[in-house]
Amino acid sequence: MPNSLTRDYVISARNLTKHYGDFAAVDDISFDVPAGESFGLLGPNGAGKSTTMRMIGGVSQRTSGSLSIMGLDPEQHGPQVRAHLGVVPQQDNLDEELRVRDNLIVYGRYFGLPLSYLKPKADELLEFAQLTEKAKSKVDSLSGGMKRRLTIARSLINEPKILLLDEPTTGLDPQARHILWDRLFRLKESGVTLILTTHYMDEAEQLCDRLVVVDKGKIMAEGSPSQLIREHSTREVLELRFGSERNTTVAAELQGIGDRLEPLPDRVLIYTHDGEAALEQVASRGLHPITSLVRRSSLEDVFLRLTGRSLVD
Amino acid sequence: MTENLTRRSGPSSAQPLTDEDYRITAHNRRFSALYSRNAKAVIARGLRATKSSNWLIMVSGFFEPVLYLISMGVGLGALVGDVVGPGGEPISYAAYIAPALLAVSAMNGAVYDSTWNVFFKMNFAKLYQGMLYTSLGPLDVAIGEIFLALLRGAMYATGFTAVMGMMGLITTPWALLMVPASVLIAFGFASFGMGITSYMKTFQQMDWINFVMLPMFLFSATFYPLSVYPQGIQWFIQALPLWHGVELLRQISVGTFTSATAIHILYYLVMILIGMVLTTSRLRKLFLK
Ligand SMILES: Nc1ncnc2c1ncn2[C@@H]1O[C@H](COP(=O)(O)OP(=O)(O)OP(=O)(O)O)[C@@H](O)[C@H]1O
Ligand SMILES: [Mg+2]
Repeated sequence: MPNSLTRDYVISARNLTKHYGDFAAVDDISFDVPAGESFGLLGPNGAGKSTTMRMIGGVSQRTSGSLSIMGLDPEQHGPQVRAHLGVVPQQDNLDEELRVRDNLIVYGRYFGLPLSYLKPKADELLEFAQLTEKAKSKVDSLSGGMKRRLTIARSLINEPKILLLDEPTTGLDPQARHILWDRLFRLKESGVTLILTTHYMDEAEQLCDRLVVVDKGKIMAEGSPSQLIREHSTREVLELRFGSERNTTVAAELQGIGDRLEPLPDRVLIYTHDGEAALEQVASRGLHPITSLVRRSSLEDVFLRLTGRSLVD
Repeated sequence: MTENLTRRSGPSSAQPLTDEDYRITAHNRRFSALYSRNAKAVIARGLRATKSSNWLIMVSGFFEPVLYLISMGVGLGALVGDVVGPGGEPISYAAYIAPALLAVSAMNGAVYDSTWNVFFKMNFAKLYQGMLYTSLGPLDVAIGEIFLALLRGAMYATGFTAVMGMMGLITTPWALLMVPASVLIAFGFASFGMGITSYMKTFQQMDWINFVMLPMFLFSATFYPLSVYPQGIQWFIQALPLWHGVELLRQISVGTFTSATAIHILYYLVMILIGMVLTTSRLRKLFLK
């Protein structure tokens, strides 16, 4: 039942919590997603992103809190809510016993869609996934990236209003990734709401209007990509490499340069509003890095700052 | 479901979604959280999948009871000679065990489909995971799978009855009723099996199912009459479902009906009822983690 609080939001989570035994995979998170937004969930491995996605899809039962999708609770009205959902799970779950095109058509039948609609739709989606040649192949003869493309195509069979994409581009080659991005932009233009998780920061910056960074089941920060960079990082970053042995030892001698110092195994990052000036200071202390690079702050820096881990760990 | 059918035909013709498109009104039917009245899509999927694969498993499921019938009925039967049939008349040993083997095969098939098969498709093939991301609910999946199991059971039973006919073990048209009776038996076991699978977490636990099934197969008056046992053990076996299935089919095979026939049928009707209630109440545990 839509109430005045959640009416304007397509997805509304309040104190959403999921425990496995004593362990809190999702720990009391709240967020709202308005219609047509593309909303990202970023976080290190095990942060609880996929668990959150599964609860939105109504296939995982929450321990506590409330969740409303288009005004309905997905646990109470799962079939009705999911009629409007498209889901790309993190791990492909194609029907290995069916052929490629049948995977799309049979999946569409699960939504109760008529064959007269599904047949042309399946062909269009095969075209989009560049699998037209493979229409009659068995699923297990597809490569990993092809399976991923088929899973993505399958999620669009019911023309969903909300698309849940859990690391959709993992395993895709650059061309396939750009074809997907293009499709997602067009879906966004047509008003579809996108919920996306990714470990690729460029993807998050490109696709997400707004995102949350989660870690250990909690939301660490929330905002648009540029907002997050502004709030949680400096304008520029100076990257220094001293060779893998020395990075951490040198860090002590770099204290005081820039706003903040981040020694990583392969490089040292200095956060500052002026990278060139910081580099001069480094040289004036008699330190000579093998390579140095001044760049603008990115989401990756925000991520590092908030979770203390690099994204791809 | 109907709101799906009025959708636009393709993305090219798409008007941008409006707030109106994002508004849905809840159905408040019974089971609307679990059921979308679309089990037929699960059934259609199962039929399509069997077309392309699984032939070996299908065929072996048919041959198993036939091989038992030939080896035990014909081979052992030569030693045993005639035995006393359900109506008191003498019948060949093969004709005595054939309906029992049919009941066992109905049980095995239904239990396999509702336990191992469900467990595998749930945890390894991730088939149900995909289904449950659509408008299908767990009840659609359960009904569809049970229906498929029963359909397969009916096919096996028909084949086995035909083999019995060819071996000259059928003497009355009543014997044709063994097919629907086998489906009844299969339904009883399948409805229970799925509920039980919801309690299973590992393959080792799944093995316990065999641990229960094998003794039931051997001791439920399958190969010799119940009267060889002491009274206490007889009562115990009479409480088990397979014994009722064996006796039911044995009576049907010779067209002898008594008040016991009604009790056997009633036993299965109650078993189906309890099994369906159990399975339905465990659907969330079974399918939603
Ligand atoms: N079925 C389960 N049983 C027990 N623990 C689970 C289960 N599923 C997930 N977890 C735990 O919950 C936590 C969150 O997992 P989740 O899959 O949501 O992480 P994630 O953010 O998607 O990570 P990744 O980036 O690796 O995909 C992890 O610690 C994981 O071990
Ligand atoms: Mg994940």
